[in-house]
This record gives sequence, structure tokens and C-alpha cells, in this order.
Amino acid sequence: MTDNVGSAEEAKQNPVYLAALKDLIYQMADDEFIVAFRGSEWLGLAPHIEEDVAFSSITQNTMGHANMYFGLLEELGEGETDILAHDRSADERKNAVFLEKRNGDGNYLEEPYYDWALVVVRQYFYEELKRVKLDALTRSSYVPLANIGQKVLMEQTYHLAHWKLWMEQLQHANEEARSRIQERIEEAWNAFGDAFELGPKASDIVTFQLIASEEFMQKQWLKEVEAVLVSPPAGIPQKRLGNGRNQGHTADLDQAIRTFAEVYSSDKEAVW
Amino acid sequence: MEKKGDELFAVLKTVDDPELPAVSVYDLGMIHDLKVERNIVSISMVPTFAGCPALDIIEKDVRKAIEQIDWVQECHVAFSFQHEWTTDAITDTGKRNLKKHGIAPPPDHYIPGEQWTVNCPYCDSEYTSMENVFGPTACRSILYCMECRNPFEAMKPVIRTGARQKSG
Repeated sequence: MTDNVGSAEEAKQNPVYLAALKDLIYQMADDEFIVAFRGSEWLGLAPHIEEDVAFSSITQNTMGHANMYFGLLEELGEGETDILAHDRSADERKNAVFLEKRNGDGNYLEEPYYDWALVVVRQYFYEELKRVKLDALTRSSYVPLANIGQKVLMEQTYHLAHWKLWMEQLQHANEEARSRIQERIEEAWNAFGDAFELGPKASDIVTFQLIASEEFMQKQWLKEVEAVLVSPPAGIPQKRLGNGRNQGHTADLDQAIRTFAEVYSSDKEAVW
Repeated sequence: MEKKGDELFAVLKTVDDPELPAVSVYDLGMIHDLKVERNIVSISMVPTFAGCPALDIIEKDVRKAIEQIDWVQECHVAFSFQHEWTTDAITDTGKRNLKKHGIAPPPDHYIPGEQWTVNCPYCDSEYTSMENVFGPTACRSILYCMECRNPFEAMKPVIRTGARQKSG
């Protein structure tokens, strides 16, 4: 049993604990940030206006969650939030690789051939995992992280319910919707595997009771997701696009960074 | 100290949420703690929704209002995540002022992840429908009253979620 660690100052007393803690928080922050960025690219493009309001509200709030995790890193001496979010290259980032996948061909400014089925499946898979991780975080030995887990959990209920409803409705809609959703489920299943992982410091992360084990979280996720999927693919999700927890990423992440950091990079000294 | 405290609370009751004019940050339940050391005031606040872009403005508005008080030399405002904001923290005055603004206060009985309903803030009818759980700000939803035919908004209920709760 690890004693609770109440503050950043206390966490800094134990270098092994500190390293494991920072690694986990980077994973949480980077996941939230890239999901929120890909979500923001849908602004004005969602299937109908009410969905546009809903998705952008979820995305804005998710960006707020990323900000809270970056804030914890700031307290732990990692530097400013803006720099952590905008000024790290792809090979420094720890987000799960499927989360960085482009929404479709084209880009936001011209001919965005984005796919709604892709985003519904991705958001739903992500929110179910986020729920499992938040549940575990509320019992984290790092108290500031447990507090944030509890706070985010109260809000995230609405996000999860939203994407679950889309999944249920599209899987029971007409043949075109069913087959397009199923195709995206199979695709996500091939690449979502690293999302459950805790990276190279996984054993310290679990030993220090910062969050639950990879196996436990994957099992919880499977239980929830298999109850919602009409035809769940066999086996467990794979890692065919690589492993983001080990900082292995696709060209899509470079494209994302170029886009979201464009203004920041144009004048890094600007005061906002 | 008690007199100074009363004075500070009186001022905080006049600082409105920029997105909810007529509802003060005090009545929204965002003030967690006040400390006075001679002429320096420190206020600990509880953020509503994490992604709320108004938090920086609220911080600035609170600081400016408190620094208007004669004896106050400095005011420090910090948001703390040690205490969670829930919609139960909204005061009765807050609920009344929300209604004046056309926003229904959150429902009293709510199970996280389940559907909820509120009465119309204009005519109090129960005959209302949810148009969109997500509204113009993270903390609001959009509804419609079938009785008086007015669209209206409601504060989304947010309460402490136990682990393993029904998720929707």
C-alpha cells in the first residue's frame, strides 16, 4: 500500500515516484489534447446544428480537461502549459496512436471529406476508456490527480452518454449506417490497443497505485463496449498503427501539430 | 474579522458570472474559502465546469471588486480542485435569479447518466422537452416548453459520481 502523496512538493521527494507520475499524466494530457483537437476540426461540419453545439461543447470541455492535466505537470516542474501543449514534437508525445488519426481526407479549410462513422466510433471508444481510467484515478495515491479524476468524472458522464447514444442509434439504423459503423469498428479494433497501456513505466505506475493495471482497465472497457456493440470483433484491440505510449506515432500526428501550433509557432514570445 | 468577512461576502454577492448576468459567483456556490491577513485577502474558488472559458474573467472580476474596498490592499484569487463544485451548491437566491434570466435551476433529483427533466422557468409547466443536453455553455442545456411555447435553458445537473455508476 502506497501512502497518499498530497502535493507536488511531496511527490518530488521520491524520484522514482515522480517519474512514474509524470509519465502517466503526460499520457492523460496528450490523449485529451489530441482528441479535443480532432474534435475541434469538426466545428461547423457536424451532421446537424444541434450536433454541432453538442460536439463543440464536449470538445471545449475536453480541452479544459487536458488543461487540468497540463496544469499538474506545470506544478511538477515540467514547464508552462502552453509550451507543453504546443511546443513538443511528435516523438515526445504519449497519446494513443488511433486518437491522432485524421478525420478523413482533405482538410478543415478546403474540402474536408471527414467521416462521421470514424468519429462516432473513436469518440465512443475513447469515452468508455476515459470513464474506466477516471474511476481508477479517483483512488490514485497522488491526491491532486485523484481530485481531478473526481471532477472530470462528474462532467464526463454527459460526454459518454452522448457518444453511446450515437453508437446505439447508428448500429440500429439503415443498412448503410450499420455497415459504415461496423467497418470503422473493425478499423478501430486494429489500432486502439495501445490506449490501454501505461508505457515503459507501467509497473511503477501500478505499484505506486497511481491508476489501475492495464489488464484491469482493458477488461472493464471490453465489458462495457461489448454490451453496446452489435457485432464486436473477436479478441482484443490490436496495435497495427504502432504504440503511442512509447512515443511511436504516425505522420497524422505531425500534420496535427503543424496545424494546431501554427499560430503559436509564428510568434512564440507573444503574450495572449 | 467577522465584520470584514461580512463586507467581503456582500461584495462577492454583486460579482456576476459573465455568462449568467444577475447570478453572482457567491450564489453559484463558487466561493470556497476566504482568508484575511491584515489588508490582504485570499479567496479560494471552486471552478464550475473544467472547460469553462469564463474562469479567467471571473477570477479577474472577483479580484477587481474586492480591491475596490477601502481597506483592501491586495486580493489573491485561486481556483482549487480540492473541493468539487456541484449544482447542489447553488443558493436559493441563485436559483431564483437563474429563473429571472430564463434559465431553469438544475433538477433536485438526478441520477448521473440518466435522463432528467425540469419545469419551465417562465410558466412552471412540467410539460417540457429536452432539445439538446449541450447548450451555449458547458453548464447549460436547451429545452422547450410545450405549454407556453418558449424555448429555455437549464443548468445541467452535476453531482458527485460514485465509482461504478450507471454511465448512460
